[in-house]
Amino acid sequence: MLSVENLHVSYGAIKAIHGITLKVPQGSIVTLIGANGAGKSTTLRALSGLVKPASGSIQYQGQEISRLAADKIVARGLCHVPEGRMVFANLTVQENLRMGAYLQKDRQWIASQTDYVYGLFPRLKERENQSAGTLSGGEQQMLAIGRALLSRPKFLMLDEPSLGIAPLLVKTIFERIVEINRQQGLTILLVEQNANLALDVSNYAYVLETGRILLEGPSAQVKADPQVQASYLGT
Amino acid sequence: MDWFFQQLINGLGLGAIYALIALGYTMVYGVLRFINFAHSDVLMLGAFTAFYIAPKIEKLSGSQSALGCIMVFILAAAVCAIIGMLIERLAYRPLRNRPKLTVLITAIGVSLLIEFTAQNEKVFGAAPQPFPQLLPEHALHWGALVVSSNDVLTVSVTTVLLVAMWWIVQKTRIGTAMRAVSYNQQAAYLMGVPVDRIISFTFGLGSALAAIAGVLYAIKAPGIEPLMGVQPGLRAFVAAVLGGIGNLPGAVLGGVLLGLLETFAGGISGLSNYRDAIAFGILILILLLKPAGLLGRSSVEKV
Repeated sequence: MLSVENLHVSYGAIKAIHGITLKVPQGSIVTLIGANGAGKSTTLRALSGLVKPASGSIQYQGQEISRLAADKIVARGLCHVPEGRMVFANLTVQENLRMGAYLQKDRQWIASQTDYVYGLFPRLKERENQSAGTLSGGEQQMLAIGRALLSRPKFLMLDEPSLGIAPLLVKTIFERIVEINRQQGLTILLVEQNANLALDVSNYAYVLETGRILLEGPSAQVKADPQVQASYLGT
Repeated sequence: MDWFFQQLINGLGLGAIYALIALGYTMVYGVLRFINFAHSDVLMLGAFTAFYIAPKIEKLSGSQSALGCIMVFILAAAVCAIIGMLIERLAYRPLRNRPKLTVLITAIGVSLLIEFTAQNEKVFGAAPQPFPQLLPEHALHWGALVVSSNDVLTVSVTTVLLVAMWWIVQKTRIGTAMRAVSYNQQAAYLMGVPVDRIISFTFGLGSALAAIAGVLYAIKAPGIEPLMGVQPGLRAFVAAVLGGIGNLPGAVLGGVLLGLLETFAGGISGLSNYRDAIAFGILILILLLKPAGLLGRSSVEKV
């Protein structure tokens, strides 16, 4: 569904990504793990059009999207849940969801998808009219995912959904991610520092180190790799 | 007591105009985090648009008719909305990713460009010109109080616009998008919100309000000239800061408060020469106690 070829990204003179190649098949959960500064978030930012790649190609459903503006990429069903959640704290939960559906015209679909999100995360329904700034970190993450689901994605990119969230909520959120993948047939690219968790829920994994792919393979295989165990899994 | 109410009415009339202008400053600050110094010149352009259009409208709708007056307001607002959007497109958008100081200097440049182009004899000329009377003016008596029909017009037009603004910003999709862009531009991009179009809309809306404020100001002023926007513009900017820059109700509150302060200080005999000193002195005091402005809040990062 998505294939990235030899992608290079720089911030000014600093090279962040040195030619990575990866594939995300339709319906799968693929994870990108690696240490801080490995280039995981930068990769997602390039995919969603927030930074323009220096070179390389990004093909989504057979079409080149590396030169498209961010809002055009969302319109094609590629949605990015950014690191740090970035919910609109000054808007209510409901208004946040409505912003997620900004490009959607079909009111009936919006209503039923909103109900689906409230079903996934009943906590959001309870806080529907509260401003998002009053939610806890975990609830904001739920809202960020819910908001993304309202943009009618076919391909969802999640950046560190476990970051700074209470362990109990992390478990809930990851269960929901798997549920979304199965129920809505959504392809997911998951970026995580919590490698254990990410390898458990995903089908395929790429290990990123200083802007290059160090290792890739089916998640179970990557999890068993001695090098990965020593550097990322702390065993 | 009559004195008090008289000043209150005068102050509200002036404050309403400041509030309308302050909204434009604060909205643009909300989405782009810089002060659009050319905003006060848009106000002047609004007044001049009305100045040139009013005689032509009068031929169609008859002298000093309500319909004609409404047409003048709408046309001035429309022309200035386009001018505001053009200024953003041509001068500010190319600098979107540059340091804010660069944009700020550009805004001052745009302001000077408009002012001095307008002073050219072939454009508007520097000399004040009498503004046409759009509606017949009456003095309304209520006990010992005297209210000019122009003040009634100003306050009612402002009230209608404020309600409309509240509705647009709080209830419509584009208004929600404005608030979203103002909170986090990047997240708005990721939701597919066309950020450039929202910013353009914000400039259009702010400039339309400035144009209407300009016409209302011109109705009361002895004459209009290319630098007429500078004084009210400066005060409205202060009003926006006083209310908490970026905060819409704050801009209205700041505008009305500044109008009242100025009128009351000016109404005290012996002090009228110091009215700006008193008004701005009180402002400095408020800002010392509440640096983020009356309704402004410093944001807190949440984990």
